[in-house]
Amino acid sequence: MLGELSEEHEAFRAVVRDFAASEIEPHAAAWDRDHHFPVDTVLAMGDLGLFGLIFPEEYGGAGADFTSLCVAIEEIGRVDQSMGITLSAGVGLGANPIHHFGSDEQKQRWLPEMITGRALGAFGLTEPDGGSDAGATKTKARLDETTGKWVIDGNKSFITNSGTAITSVITVTARTDSGISCFLVPSGTPGLTVEPAYHKLGWHASDTHGLSLNDCRIDTDQLLGTPGDGFRNFLQILDDGRIAISALALGCARACLDAAVDYANERTAFGSTISRYQGVSFQLADLAVAVENARNLTYKAAWLKDNGRPFKQAAAMAKLYSTETAVDATRIATQIFGGAGFIEETPIVRFYRDAKVLEIGEGTSEIQRMVIARCLGLAL
Amino acid sequence: MNVIVCVKQIPDPALPGALDSSSNTLKRDGKLILDESDSYGVEMALQLVTAAGGGEVSLVSMAPNGEVSGLRTALAMGAAKAILVSDPALKGSDALTTAKVLAAAVQRLGGADLIIGATESSDGYTGTVPEQIAEILGLPSVTFAKKVTIDGSTMHIERQTEQGYDEVTSPLPALISVTAGVVEPRYPSFKGIMAAKSKPLETVTAADLGITPVGWDGAGQTIVNVSQAEARKAGEVIEDDGETFTKVVSYLENLKLI
Repeated sequence: MLGELSEEHEAFRAVVRDFAASEIEPHAAAWDRDHHFPVDTVLAMGDLGLFGLIFPEEYGGAGADFTSLCVAIEEIGRVDQSMGITLSAGVGLGANPIHHFGSDEQKQRWLPEMITGRALGAFGLTEPDGGSDAGATKTKARLDETTGKWVIDGNKSFITNSGTAITSVITVTARTDSGISCFLVPSGTPGLTVEPAYHKLGWHASDTHGLSLNDCRIDTDQLLGTPGDGFRNFLQILDDGRIAISALALGCARACLDAAVDYANERTAFGSTISRYQGVSFQLADLAVAVENARNLTYKAAWLKDNGRPFKQAAAMAKLYSTETAVDATRIATQIFGGAGFIEETPIVRFYRDAKVLEIGEGTSEIQRMVIARCLGLAL
Repeated sequence: MNVIVCVKQIPDPALPGALDSSSNTLKRDGKLILDESDSYGVEMALQLVTAAGGGEVSLVSMAPNGEVSGLRTALAMGAAKAILVSDPALKGSDALTTAKVLAAAVQRLGGADLIIGATESSDGYTGTVPEQIAEILGLPSVTFAKKVTIDGSTMHIERQTEQGYDEVTSPLPALISVTAGVVEPRYPSFKGIMAAKSKPLETVTAADLGITPVGWDGAGQTIVNVSQAEARKAGEVIEDDGETFTKVVSYLENLKLI
C-alpha cells in the first residue's frame, strides 16, 4: 500500500476500461433516457467475471481481493453510475450476505448463478419508516408451528436489483422473537410483491423497487445466519459496501474532472480557451486534489480489508469523502460546461443527477460521520 | 493441436506517437501494449485449440526493449507460454530480419501445427513478415484468412479478397495471416491476469537464436526521409441556385458512379 495498485490490478483496470468503453458507454445515455435496465449488458459483465471477483473458486468466483472489485466498480462507474451500482449491489448486497452468513446448502443453491452474473440478489433492509435507523425494522417474521414455515409481513423501500428479470432471491431483515433476523425470500414467492419501479432523480438504468410482504411464507431452511444476528450481520455487510460505494463515487468524480478538463481546453470565451481563466483552472486544480484524496481513501480502506485489518472507520471516511467529492465534481463540471452542462447531450447532466444518491445510499453522510465519531471514542 | 501466434507489442495508439529524428522510425521506448490486430490471431488460435480438443497456444514476439506487458495480455487471454526476443541490437531491424528472428523463435519452441500472424502491424504496416516467416520455415502460407477450420492434418481457409473470398485448402503445418475483426477477441479475466503472472515467458537475445547481424547492421533498407502527408484539398462548394442537383448529377456522372 504505497498509493499504487499492483501491475495486475492495473492490467485488470485496462480490461474493464476497454469493456466499459465498448459495451456500456455508447448506450449509457439511451438507457438513462429510457429508464432501461440492460439485462444483456449485466450478463456480459457476468461473463467478464465481475460479479464473481471476490468469491471463492469453489462457487465459480475468482478468489480475488476487494481491491479488484473496487477497480471494476470505479471503471464501470466512470462511464455509467447505474451499471456501477448494479455491480456494487449485486456483489455487496446480493451475493455477499449469502457468502458470509449462508449455510453450505444456501451457498450451493444461490451463489453460483449470482457469481457468474446469471442471477442478481438484493438486500431488503430499508423500510418506509426506517432507513438510517435500520434497527427500527417493523417487518415481522413469525414461525408458524403448524406448517413449519416462517411467515413474513412488512414493507421494504428502495431495494436495488429487486425486480429485474434475473433477480433470484432477496435477503430480507425482519424482527423475530430473538431479535432482527435475515431471511432469503426467493423471487416469485407468494405474498412477496415487487412494486412498480420508482421514478428517481438519477440511476435511471438501475433497478429499484419497494417491496411488500403479506403473509409471505418461506421454508425454515431459508433463515440466513443465526436468528437475532441480523442487525450485526448487515452492519458488517454495509462496511464492505461503503468501500464499494466510495469506488463508485470515485468513478463519478473522475469522469467529471476528465470531461471538465477537456471542455475547458476546447471552449473559448473572450478570446482564449476558458482553461486560461483562474476561475476555471483553480476549481479544477482543487477538484483534482479531492479526486486524489478520494482515490487514496478508497484504496486504503480496501487494502485494510484485504489485509485483515480493522477498516470500519476507513470505510466510513472513504464513503463520506468520496461521495461528497462526487457531488462537488458534478456541480463544478456543470458550471464549467455552462449551458452545455444543463442539456442531456452531455453526460455531465446524467452524472449530476446520479451523484446525489451516493451521499444517501448505504449509509448517509450523517451516518458516516456518526460512525467516524464513534470510532474516535466520542460519547454519542 | 499446437498453435504459435506471432504478436507485436506496440506503443499505445491512443497516445500521440513520436518519430526518432535520427533514425526516422517510431519511438518505442515507453510502455508497449499488445497490438490489437494480433488479438484476433490469439483469439483464433485459442478457438482452434479448443475445437481440436487439446494442445496449447504459444507466443513469439520481438522488441528492442524488454517490455512484456503486451505478452502478458495475450497470456491472460489464455496462451500458455511465450518467447520474447529482446535485444538492444534489434533496434532498426527491417521486416526480413524480424521474420528471421521470429522464425528462429518458432523453431526454439519446436514448431507447431499452425503459425498465425496478423496481416500487418498497427505501427509498421509492412505487411510482409508472416509470409517471410513461412518462406524461411518452408511452410505453405495463406494470407488474409477470415475463417479457418481444421480437419485432421488439413486446413480449410476462407481467404478474404476484394470481391468476396477464396476457398483454400492447405496441409498442416502451415502459416496463415488473419484479418482484423474475424473473431471477437475475449477480454482477459482477473483469474487469467493472475495466472499469466506465472506462465513461462522466456526472454532471449537474437544472438541466442544464432541470428546475426540484426538491427541497422542487418537491415537491407535505410529510411532516408519522412515527410508530412499532403493535406487534403478543400472540396468544391456549389451554391444552391435551385438547379444544383444537375451539377451534382453531372459530378457523379463524371466519376462514373451513376
